[in-house]
Amino acid sequence: MLTDPQRRLHHVTGKQPFEMIVARHGPAVFRVCRAVLGPRDADDAWSETFLSALKAYPDLPGDANVEAWLVTIAHRKAIDVTRAAARRAVPVADVPENPSARGPGPRDLERDLDLSAALAALPRKQREAVAYHYLAGLPYAGVAAVLGGSADAARRAAADGIAALRKTYAATDFKGEDQ
Amino acid sequence: MSDEQEAAGLLDALPAVTGEQLRALHDRLASQADAEGLLDVAYRTLDTPVGPLLLAATARGLVRVAYDTENHDHVLTILGRQLSPRILSAPHRLDPAAREIDEYFAGRRREFDLPLDFSLAHGFRLTVLSHLAGIAYGRTASYGAVAAAVGHPKAVRAVGTACATNPLPVVVPCHRVVRSDGSLGGYLGGLAAKRALLALEAA
Repeated sequence: MLTDPQRRLHHVTGKQPFEMIVARHGPAVFRVCRAVLGPRDADDAWSETFLSALKAYPDLPGDANVEAWLVTIAHRKAIDVTRAAARRAVPVADVPENPSARGPGPRDLERDLDLSAALAALPRKQREAVAYHYLAGLPYAGVAAVLGGSADAARRAAADGIAALRKTYAATDFKGEDQ
Repeated sequence: MSDEQEAAGLLDALPAVTGEQLRALHDRLASQADAEGLLDVAYRTLDTPVGPLLLAATARGLVRVAYDTENHDHVLTILGRQLSPRILSAPHRLDPAAREIDEYFAGRRREFDLPLDFSLAHGFRLTVLSHLAGIAYGRTASYGAVAAAVGHPKAVRAVGTACATNPLPVVVPCHRVVRSDGSLGGYLGGLAAKRALLALEAA
């Protein structure tokens, strides 16, 4: 039962414990990091994103769109991670590591590698637009807010990215295969 | 199938994060947050003979123990508003508390030796709670006796309220406060829990 001061507080702020933010949005942010950066740097980008989000969380307005906020942070962290990787002169279009020994079966892994390579081959802005719209579920106006530019430009970047993926990745056509 | 769905389907091969990966990422986040002073409230649950207890600690010490009947998710949400929303499941900070509470329920511990954070108690309630630690293991005191002991002999009901809102049950022994006629009175964890604790201490 809530005491009176608790009830008053209840009306003042509507913020959930950060644990619930991690549980609810952690998986989608991971897929975004993976799509934008590839498997090798996704862990670091995810960690940096949520650490940074935790720091800023008390100041986030109670009615803010948490998903869009997290994608904005992930976007900046992905740029940082890429810059750091470039400074270390690590080859960019490397073959991704096996993500997990107990992970997907050989065929799934093959598809995953193909898709990672296809995503890595996209221009950065297209890859980001595809990830933020299709994986994070942001509307194009939200994607534009993260990337800069107009919603139309974001829509075009995502459409171009999907068209390129269709050519490079879906050309191997896995349709109809059992999963 | 719409173009949107078909396009999204292209990305299906991108593997979803597994529970195991997410746990590893979460644990890394919790330890980094702790190291950088960003983990304002750490929590875990502990199975006990009186049901699962939620244990929460700030950097200063154990700040909240909650019974299952209080609804742990709800308690965490309230903690987020009262203390800070920077709350993560981070069992490590609660290791000492979990160990001592385990020992208590195993009958091997009669006093808790843990840093406590009384941020959630104020004024007269805090005075009452501070006094409760003085009621020895296996003993009881009446609400009236506690009221008299803290210098407000007429504040019997306020003592009852202080016990009912004890943020640290079990560790701060409000279960040792009973009615003057010897009946149990109330308990925030339910009377069965109060009876179990008193029986444990009487053994």
